[in-house]
Amino acid sequence: MTLFRILTLLLLLIITGTNANENNKQNLKVSYLKLTVAAPATLSSMVTPPQDSGQQGAVLAVNDANTTGKFVNQQIILTTDILQSAEQITQTLKERYASGHRIFLINADKDALRSLQQWASDKQVLLFNIAATADILRKSWCDKNTLHTALSDSMKTDALAQWLLAKRLTKVLVVHGRFAKDLTIVSAFERSAKRYGLKLIEKKQWDFNADLRRSAAREMPLFTQTAREYDVVFIADAIKDFADYLPYNTYLPRPVIGSAGAQALGWHARIEQWGALQLQNRFNALANRPMNETDFAGYVALRSISSAFLSTKSSQVDTLKEYIQSADFGLGAYLGRKLTYRQWNGQLRMPISILHPTALISQSPQQGILHPTNELDTLGFEKAETGCRFN
Amino acid sequence: MRKNCVAVLLLITMLFTIDSSASELAYVTNEKDNSLSIIALDTLQVVKTVETGARPRGIILSHDNKLAYICASESDTVQIMDLSNHQIVGELPSGEDPETIALHPNGKIIYTANEDDALLTIIDIDSRTVIGQVDVGVEPEGLAVSPDGKTVVVTSETTNMVHWINTADNTNFANTLVDSRPRSAQFSSDGKWLWVSSEIGGTVALLSTDTNQIVTTFNFKISGIHRDRVQPVGILLDKEQRFLYVALGPANHVAIIDIAKREVIDYLLVGRRVWQMAFNQDESRLLTTNGVSGDVSVIDLAKHKVLKSIKVGRYPWGVAITNNGQETTK
Repeated sequence: MTLFRILTLLLLLIITGTNANENNKQNLKVSYLKLTVAAPATLSSMVTPPQDSGQQGAVLAVNDANTTGKFVNQQIILTTDILQSAEQITQTLKERYASGHRIFLINADKDALRSLQQWASDKQVLLFNIAATADILRKSWCDKNTLHTALSDSMKTDALAQWLLAKRLTKVLVVHGRFAKDLTIVSAFERSAKRYGLKLIEKKQWDFNADLRRSAAREMPLFTQTAREYDVVFIADAIKDFADYLPYNTYLPRPVIGSAGAQALGWHARIEQWGALQLQNRFNALANRPMNETDFAGYVALRSISSAFLSTKSSQVDTLKEYIQSADFGLGAYLGRKLTYRQWNGQLRMPISILHPTALISQSPQQGILHPTNELDTLGFEKAETGCRFN
Repeated sequence: MRKNCVAVLLLITMLFTIDSSASELAYVTNEKDNSLSIIALDTLQVVKTVETGARPRGIILSHDNKLAYICASESDTVQIMDLSNHQIVGELPSGEDPETIALHPNGKIIYTANEDDALLTIIDIDSRTVIGQVDVGVEPEGLAVSPDGKTVVVTSETTNMVHWINTADNTNFANTLVDSRPRSAQFSSDGKWLWVSSEIGGTVALLSTDTNQIVTTFNFKISGIHRDRVQPVGILLDKEQRFLYVALGPANHVAIIDIAKREVIDYLLVGRRVWQMAFNQDESRLLTTNGVSGDVSVIDLAKHKVLKSIKVGRYPWGVAITNNGQETTK
């Protein structure tokens, strides 16, 4: 009887304890920082990427998390800052840090991200890189506070190279634009070509100064005429200055991949398998436009945080970070595999879709590409390839 | 003349009686063909294909086996099909994008999960009206009603929870966190246990309905298939509660859990991306829908052997089996 009383008392205590918790919601603050860059001039005036890319993905993930949060008394509060310069973004990061923010989604180029990383290097924070694709961030500028949900250039070129190998399209003509970013994509592709045994028959830079709206049909065939035959044209043109004029206009009738034609992307409006259609529907209802890969990177970053918040019931950044990097973590994100982060450089592991503008073509890793531990690690830098060591 | 008529009638009745098991039919929804394939279980052949609303997924039968309720997700409705002539005879107001449905044991109320709106919708069949909606987690999917009809559970795929709802007042009284992307739920026949599959978590959990907590978790291991590709989706308990069958999605296998031993005893190779399952009336056969290969696998349950694959439409999703309009014991 006494035992029963004690038990009842204990039970009462537990219930009152729960009630007390219910009254004060557990909050987690997340800061979204975006550096706006003026869109460079391109041949076509019709291409303008949406300014809220990334942000809308993060907002959707917060909505999802807070729907879940209703059942467990948790809430995520997102603050958004759109900045105009590298100085401003660093300044805002400091201010947000001072006001108690420890988790940041960064939508900026590699150099701006680098300066944020350097400022935060002696602090307990978690930065998500949702936009910068530069390999150097995953290879030598290692930062223990950063997780990358944006795909790296090398992950994308590996995805394409595997597909070329599967299709037996091994002789490649490489064309690229005049910007530094185009050249880094070419280097990434060269590494992937070596890795998968592709032959680069020629490399050409586009430097014509023609009005392609009128004469693409004449300029591009000449530009892609080569001494030796090729199976496929790889194009590196990050801002899509001229890339879209290449498909169906090559000297030899060959497929175009890279910045136009068949592209390797983290997300696209035409991905619908594995429940993706539901995500696409929710996104369209929220943003009134298709979801792109930067939105997806923002979505996955915030979902990583919210699932760690839900599982650990902690709003401490070190606890959340530890959970995300642990073996218990595995995010379901509409790609048919659970997503995890690489221990050695904080890069998100994920299957990469290869698409043309209106349909999915394939998904890498390609069938038959093997790896001793995880096939997803055939995309991007292996542990042995990077100088980064956090664990 | 009159005698002849009686004789003919008698003959017909006899034929039906003799043929009752042979006339069992399986109804398979083809998600990307907007159609229903009808398979005769005696010949294991598709005997008819009928049109449905857009993107048909979940399908269940009325208790008397005379009607089928079909979730036509893109048409935002639950269609009612008369199984005697395969005509759509009505619609239930399901709310947007219904994916799965469950029937209350009283046969009068249907529950449906609205994926895009994070809602459980409660529909009165007779008046064809929505009598309630309950807020649940993101992307609700799996639904189950307890045998006593007092509790309905919903699993939410992105929230990763089992939401327990009291059917008397439609309130949410408990939520249980389970492994990533819970897809299906089923109560044991005594109502004491709830089984839940988690697609991305790669597990099946057994929950106690007393505590609403997980008691045991089952893992699956198939040699030659990476553990990340083992993704439990549909689950099905046999009448005697001896085995739980688990469709493992892109692992292309059905796992069999021996419930008494609490272990996985076998894996059967079926078609690609196996989704949902159904028993025939005497539970001698198990049918599985295989989304990617577009077929249905037929498993002999006495031998635990796959007998045949039957080609159906594109992306077969749900399956339900009837004895062609005859009264069943259930």
